[in-house]
Amino acid sequence: MENILKKYESVTPSDVKVWFNAGKTADFPADGGGCVKYKDKQIAVINFERRNEWYACQNLCPHKMEMVLSRGMIGSADELPKIACPIHKKTFSLKDGSNLSGDDLKIATYPVKIVEDEVLIGFMD
Amino acid sequence: MIKIIVVGNGMVGFKFCEKFVSKSGQEKYQITVFGEEPRRAYDRVHLSEYFAGKSADDLSMSTATWYEENNIILNTSELVTDIHKENKTITTHLEKTHSYDYLVLATGSGAFVPPIEGVEKEGVFVYRTIEDLDAIMAYAKKIKQNGATEAAVLGGGLLGLEAAKAVRDLGLNPHVVEFAPRLMPRQLDKGASNMLRSKIEELNIKIHLSKSTQFIDGDDCITGMMFEEEELLKVDMLVISAGIKPRDELGRGAGLEVGVRGGVVVNNQMQTSDPNIYAIGEVALYNHMIYGLVAPGYEMADVAAEQILQGDKTMRESIDMSTQLKLIGVEVASFGDPFIEHQEGTPIVYENKLSGIYKRINISKDGTKLLGGILVGDSSDYNTLFQIYSNGMAIPKNPEDLILGARGGESSSMGSAMDLPDTAVICSCENVTKGSICCSITDGSCETFGDVVKATKATSGCGGCKPMVADLVKEAQKSLGKEVKDVVCEHFAYSRQELFDIVKINKFTNHNEVLGTIGKGDGCEICRPVLSSIFSSIYNDTANKHVTSQDSNDRFLANIQRNGTYSVVPRMAGGEVTAEKLIAIGEVAKEYNLYTKITGAQRVDLFGAELNDLPAIWKKLIDKGFESGHAYGKSLRAVKSCVGNAWCRYGMDDSTTLAIELENRYRGIRSPHKLKGGVSACIRECAEARGKDFGVIAVEGGWNLYICGNGGANPKHAVLLAEQIDKETVFKYMDRFLMYYIRTAGPLVRTSTWLEKLEGGLDYLKNVIINDSLGINETLEAEMQQLVDTFECEWKQAIEDPEMMKRFRHFTNTDDRDETIEYIPLREQKMPVAW
Repeated sequence: MENILKKYESVTPSDVKVWFNAGKTADFPADGGGCVKYKDKQIAVINFERRNEWYACQNLCPHKMEMVLSRGMIGSADELPKIACPIHKKTFSLKDGSNLSGDDLKIATYPVKIVEDEVLIGFMD
Repeated sequence: MIKIIVVGNGMVGFKFCEKFVSKSGQEKYQITVFGEEPRRAYDRVHLSEYFAGKSADDLSMSTATWYEENNIILNTSELVTDIHKENKTITTHLEKTHSYDYLVLATGSGAFVPPIEGVEKEGVFVYRTIEDLDAIMAYAKKIKQNGATEAAVLGGGLLGLEAAKAVRDLGLNPHVVEFAPRLMPRQLDKGASNMLRSKIEELNIKIHLSKSTQFIDGDDCITGMMFEEEELLKVDMLVISAGIKPRDELGRGAGLEVGVRGGVVVNNQMQTSDPNIYAIGEVALYNHMIYGLVAPGYEMADVAAEQILQGDKTMRESIDMSTQLKLIGVEVASFGDPFIEHQEGTPIVYENKLSGIYKRINISKDGTKLLGGILVGDSSDYNTLFQIYSNGMAIPKNPEDLILGARGGESSSMGSAMDLPDTAVICSCENVTKGSICCSITDGSCETFGDVVKATKATSGCGGCKPMVADLVKEAQKSLGKEVKDVVCEHFAYSRQELFDIVKINKFTNHNEVLGTIGKGDGCEICRPVLSSIFSSIYNDTANKHVTSQDSNDRFLANIQRNGTYSVVPRMAGGEVTAEKLIAIGEVAKEYNLYTKITGAQRVDLFGAELNDLPAIWKKLIDKGFESGHAYGKSLRAVKSCVGNAWCRYGMDDSTTLAIELENRYRGIRSPHKLKGGVSACIRECAEARGKDFGVIAVEGGWNLYICGNGGANPKHAVLLAEQIDKETVFKYMDRFLMYYIRTAGPLVRTSTWLEKLEGGLDYLKNVIINDSLGINETLEAEMQQLVDTFECEWKQAIEDPEMMKRFRHFTNTDDRDETIEYIPLREQKMPVAW
């Protein structure tokens, strides 16, 4: 199972080679997320409407290896945007994927840009 | 290099090695351990779990490589036969000789086998080692095939009762035979023993007290035990667990001083009569006593390790033998002097045969000190009582309040945790004192409960001390002049009750409005669901509203399972279901290949439904007349019932109808935590109503209404709110009770905990609900009626609205399924692959 984790590596805006069109902004509920499929990856896309920000991260919770993060609840910890896994409530920073619940599992994050009403996610391949 | 030889590789011998290497840095020392058993040291305290499926490895005290990593030579299956203290050497049964500078005897004890004629017969065992257990298991299997059903355990002490449980786990009917007139004669008095006996007998373990066994009957194999007056107990197996006998033969042979009834004599440094030889654990005779508990053994190991390293730690003068444990599921505790003679003090005894509780405390003659006590059936007071006893604290004017709780008065009998002295050990797993917990706050190094846990490790063991630590942290914060409030989370400086009132008065209707007006930040997984629940309680918003601020289960109206799929539970009010409907459920389960199981709430749970299939599954169920069972919500789950007087010859009233009416009245209503109910038609209580948040039991002349019970980690029986009331009154009180709880409880606080924290307790609550002391009952009833009148099935709502349906897709950009979900077969069904 751990091999799935290797599929997900954080991408910084300068690394982006492909901007994948993940759908319309209206496909993603306000202050919540949805999951998109890109090749063999599952990516959680977060529409953080309150902050007027968008985020993308792996849908896989690294704790127990389930494809569920997009169904989690968003929020903030000391102003840092975060998402809570629905299974055991581990929380991750949406900015850099670090684990805010105190252990060292972290998640990969991806750049998002909105062009008109299209949601684009940056990948390296 | 200084050579240390440890003879014996049990729990205490192992603890010695562990303590020694952690203290010594070990370069200068070489430890060699000899054990006669073929394996590494293992946890003998939990030996009976071996029968319940634990392996020898599970019970092991260390990993296979631990000895090597710590540079300790372990020789298993090698018995030390002689000590030559003159030239400081030992020889083993392999005729090898080793020299030592220090020798540590940790040979422990063997089973004491009373001199009864016939104990050598086949089928008679002792209960001491894993090898003994293997032999017992093999024999039990053999005799069961020949139709044997009965087995005896000789000895009604702690170990004997453990052994009885083990025998029962092997599928035989256990008989406990005890010479003394009571069970656990060292810890319990007659009353406590009687209570324990009746509880254990409920579990089909037969108890025979005051029985002196004359001989073991049978030719080659045991077939029975003959007591006095020709009384014969027919059994096909006997496990002897009648006490321990120190394994002092090595010390005796070497000419060390031993006690009259065995045991190698030691001083308070754990030294034997030869200063280079130490003895620890159950072989050591300290203060004329052998201590058959693991805690004193560990302390001895610590002292011996310190002494060899030239430290100055010595054994305490008096060793506390207080114990708290769960025996075959029954809580038992005994502390201080449990018996007490009349000239020294006075016992106070509380006995409740109905609920199976026995409590005794011994009070000093002058009425100021607690000297000891016994608890059976409910040992929840043990921690507090033990603290009062061991710290010699003052006791209340009415000492009975210690076991009965304060009745009538305002204040709690226990006083506050702050009354404990600073030296009181609060977390016994990590040995953290009250002083260090409070200090970490007052010296500024810690601010919150979480900080304290990180800094002191308190609560990180068994967690039983959590409430006490939380109270201490709160009090310490208060002492610094900090205002302490149960705020919901970092985004709101309010409690749930305050948030409820604020939302209601300001008529707030969504999260952003509340966050923007009285909160800060963006909310989180704690406050968002709290607000969603409050909106539901006030406006009856279903979980189809505020979708992204609902807990995951509410968001998808189903219970998420460990592989990210969901389970589906339709309502079956009162557990009643027609054949038609059962068939409908079966058909759905078959079509979607769902794992099917009956739940504890008298309904059917269908597991393994993928997100994409949930709407179609529910459409089929709703077409057949089902509705959501709200198994996913912090809301009413189900009202369990017995069949009642419609069928049952004992039934006093129609419990099923009342259960259905209650369930249908309160269905869908969101609350601070889940709610469960039960209705029984007589006091046999088949519906287990008193294990629920609300329970109704039919009695002569009406219904008894009980509230605030639960099962779970801390089971609590519901307490009586009103007696012999009619149905109409049941509903009236229920409306008031539930609405008052919904308004005032903290997030995720079950009714029992809520009542515990409620100032004034049950008397106050009775006054509110029955006497309308706050003058709010009309409002509470109206609020409840409004929720009842506006009920809608949220699954029906969801499948009828295409917008709402959109969220039930795994991917937003394709109809593909999640391919990472995998199953393996489970009996005739399936389960998700392991994590």
